[in-house]
Amino acid sequence: MFQIRFHGRGGQGVVTAAELCAAAAFDGGHETLAFPSFGSERTGAPVTAFCRVDDRPILTREPVVRPDLVVVQDATLLHHVAVFSGLADGGTVVINTGRPLGDLGLDELAGTHRVECVPATELARRHTGRPVPNACLLGALAAVADVVAMPALEQAIGERFPGAVAAGNIAACRAAYELVRREAVLGA
Amino acid sequence: MTATPIKFYQVGSRAVGNRLLPAELRTEQSSPDRSNALTSGHRACQGCGEALAARYVLDAAVRATSGRLITVNATGCLEVFSTPYPESAWQLPWMHSLFANAPSVASGVAAALAAQGRSDIRVLAQGGDGASVDIGLACLSGMFERDDDVLYVCYDNEAYMNTGVQRSGATPPFARTATTEALGPEPGASPGQGKDLARIAMAHEIAYVATATVAELHDLERKVRRAMQLRGARYLHVLSPCPLGWGTASHDTVRLARLAHRSGLFPIYEAIGGEVVDVLPIRDRVPVDEYLRPQRRYAHLFGDPPRPDLVARVQQLADRNVARFARWEGAGA
Amino acid sequence: MREQQEGSRAVARVVARCRPAVVPAYPITPQTHIVEGLGLMVRAGELSPCRFLTVESEFAAMSAAIGASAVGTRTYTATASQGLLYMAEPLFNASGLGLPIVLTVANRAIGAPINIWNDHSDAMSMRDCGWVQLYAIDNQHAVDLHVQAFALAERISVPVMVCVDGFVLTHASEPIDVPDQDVVDAVLPDIRPRQRLDPAEPVTIGAMVGPEAFTEVRYLAQLDLLRALSEFPAVVAQLGAHTGREVGPVTRFGPESARTVVIALGSVCGTIRAVLEDGVDTDGVDGDGLGDVALLALTMYRPFPSAAIRAAVGDAERVIVLERAFAPGAGGIVTADVRGALTGRDLPLHTVVAGLGGRPITEAALRELFARARRDDLPDVQFLDLDERSVHAARTSGASS
Repeated sequence: MFQIRFHGRGGQGVVTAAELCAAAAFDGGHETLAFPSFGSERTGAPVTAFCRVDDRPILTREPVVRPDLVVVQDATLLHHVAVFSGLADGGTVVINTGRPLGDLGLDELAGTHRVECVPATELARRHTGRPVPNACLLGALAAVADVVAMPALEQAIGERFPGAVAAGNIAACRAAYELVRREAVLGA
Repeated sequence: MTATPIKFYQVGSRAVGNRLLPAELRTEQSSPDRSNALTSGHRACQGCGEALAARYVLDAAVRATSGRLITVNATGCLEVFSTPYPESAWQLPWMHSLFANAPSVASGVAAALAAQGRSDIRVLAQGGDGASVDIGLACLSGMFERDDDVLYVCYDNEAYMNTGVQRSGATPPFARTATTEALGPEPGASPGQGKDLARIAMAHEIAYVATATVAELHDLERKVRRAMQLRGARYLHVLSPCPLGWGTASHDTVRLARLAHRSGLFPIYEAIGGEVVDVLPIRDRVPVDEYLRPQRRYAHLFGDPPRPDLVARVQQLADRNVARFARWEGAGA
Repeated sequence: MREQQEGSRAVARVVARCRPAVVPAYPITPQTHIVEGLGLMVRAGELSPCRFLTVESEFAAMSAAIGASAVGTRTYTATASQGLLYMAEPLFNASGLGLPIVLTVANRAIGAPINIWNDHSDAMSMRDCGWVQLYAIDNQHAVDLHVQAFALAERISVPVMVCVDGFVLTHASEPIDVPDQDVVDAVLPDIRPRQRLDPAEPVTIGAMVGPEAFTEVRYLAQLDLLRALSEFPAVVAQLGAHTGREVGPVTRFGPESARTVVIALGSVCGTIRAVLEDGVDTDGVDGDGLGDVALLALTMYRPFPSAAIRAAVGDAERVIVLERAFAPGAGGIVTADVRGALTGRDLPLHTVVAGLGGRPITEAALRELFARARRDDLPDVQFLDLDERSVHAARTSGASS
């Protein structure tokens, strides 16, 4: 089973991100489950969402305790919410930020886990006109996780959002994907 | 020989049946073919104003709808005395659910009929003042706001009678009830409280709002007919004296209802879309005294010592009503 | 065809295929996506003929459903928590009048203190209102249950409440096959009500019944409700013939030889199954530890399937009832029903109150629970994952929440 945990704030589309991820993985022939963990129902409050992917039916309903992948949509959560709690050995982190890891105090983490930083808010603003980073970050997710393939992800985005919004999000998504792939190539 | 005009006092009178009137001007109650929607054998008190009002209203409604009518009844005297299982006095489709929800149940009935393509069947919901003014007010307001196709009829006897004469939001100032006893500096029900549900209905700007009493049979039947010619939410408020709760003689029900109007305390009017269009003129206006004295629920106003100050405040209310509705008197065709 | 979709939306889709003619709707978290979905379908003409009635309270919603059902139309609404309480009076009225209404309860805690998250205190508070109560294990089950609910309600003239864990299921997105319209039509023909309001044949509904007849009327209602014990498996089989899926009133997972039986309702059954199938407990023993535990997942809670539970418990040596609510001042709720079903069997019965107000029930906590069960180290009643320290602090400081 591959488990992903998304962290963000209300209004940033965290739940949608988990659902799109699940839709894309399902399209790839996997069994999937996506669900939220809400704090208070208001914009700006921390929101967590989960996505499980497996090749047999997923039975468990507990929150993801040992994520293989953590997506942080809002870097301001980094030292307020235990976003890396339970991160599996060899697990990956995707963070929405344009700042270097050292500035975020994550050098130690980068020493033990793969950490990908993507300026998703900026990319989203550039491609969609709105600073909502969720679809964009999924592109980075697709670049680091086998369970989500870009064509399936793009289709899921296309089905979820109307015309122009979908196109913008797909573009941002691709940009993030390319960014991470390029860095992976360069890093290797 | 000089010509002397002959006045046929009985023509156009308020008599139930009058062979001098053409058939179409006679009341439904005078017809041997009336539906008796609420038929004999029910357990109402002698002289019950609500039983009278319900019979008047429903027979007129059945006629106006050619028998295509479903009735929803709130909990209260009417429902209790008419359906002592295994008997029922209702000769039309009739349902009782709860105290507060007759308007909502009726909304559901109307919606179902519409979904079935059977909107030719009309819906009438009815309840007492307690059910309508107090506990069911939210449901009634919702029904008005959605403009559901229901005629709601409130039989107002001005207190919770079935449970032993407790005060409701419709209980008039200074009336004695079991929860507003005639004690203290302001005996009986407190003045200044009380909801005018007909005017609340008008504020929703629904198609038709009217008040009526059991004393004005022609007027009441006409209003039911008029209401049934319209669609959407409609409201009819019928003053229905309760001999037990009011402390009046059982044969005085109609007379008391007439006095309520003649005193000015119960204006009889019609409103279309939230605007008053017609007011029944008061012939022979009487001081409130004449209306209050026969009712034991007001006995403390005339006792030892009498309270002319309180009677004067009631008179002010009557005067205010008359002034409020004066300009529309007799305005309707 | 399986599609990835949110539980609420799938429920809305299947309810629409059941062709309700009147849907009164009042919003409350976490049911809103269901009524919103239905409202959208009505507006778009996808669900027709149907009147979507936006009412002013849950009391009005169930009341309008009563009126619509009394006229003989198929009727549906959804609520949760405080909303279910607010329609308590009409709930009893609907069952007393034998109206085949279907209600989805998106299980949520009841306040005070106000809490929008999942437990079963709402539906449990209404366990004796005379409705059939069914609990969904996952969202596929929730979808199938709604078709079965309408069919069952109309067979026995008793309203049916389908309980779907709020947020945990309603807001979870998973692969779900919503049965096609022709499948639903095959198992759910046009409604034929036992009686209805109709000027062509006037009836009086809702008469006042006195002491001389009330007992018999209520006894007959009890017999009607008990018919669900046999009719529910029949409708499950009927739908199952088309879908290949059949989940009956009581489902057992695990070996026949299991000495510990866990009884649970709703989504926690999935987590328990995951733990049992993992087969490793905190003692580090692989296989044998959890191989000695079986799960009884109750789909039907009212009427209470006593005989089926008694049979399914079999020769087990201990029973754990995992409750998602509790009876203040008394203890377990489902436990009491189970104890009744096991009359004459002398075996330990342990109540575990878990997941109140949306507290997650973790696999780790369950594993530890089962390990303690094997060691006969369970109290009669416990609150799983209770924060003893903060409880102690609150009690000693004299402060209350």
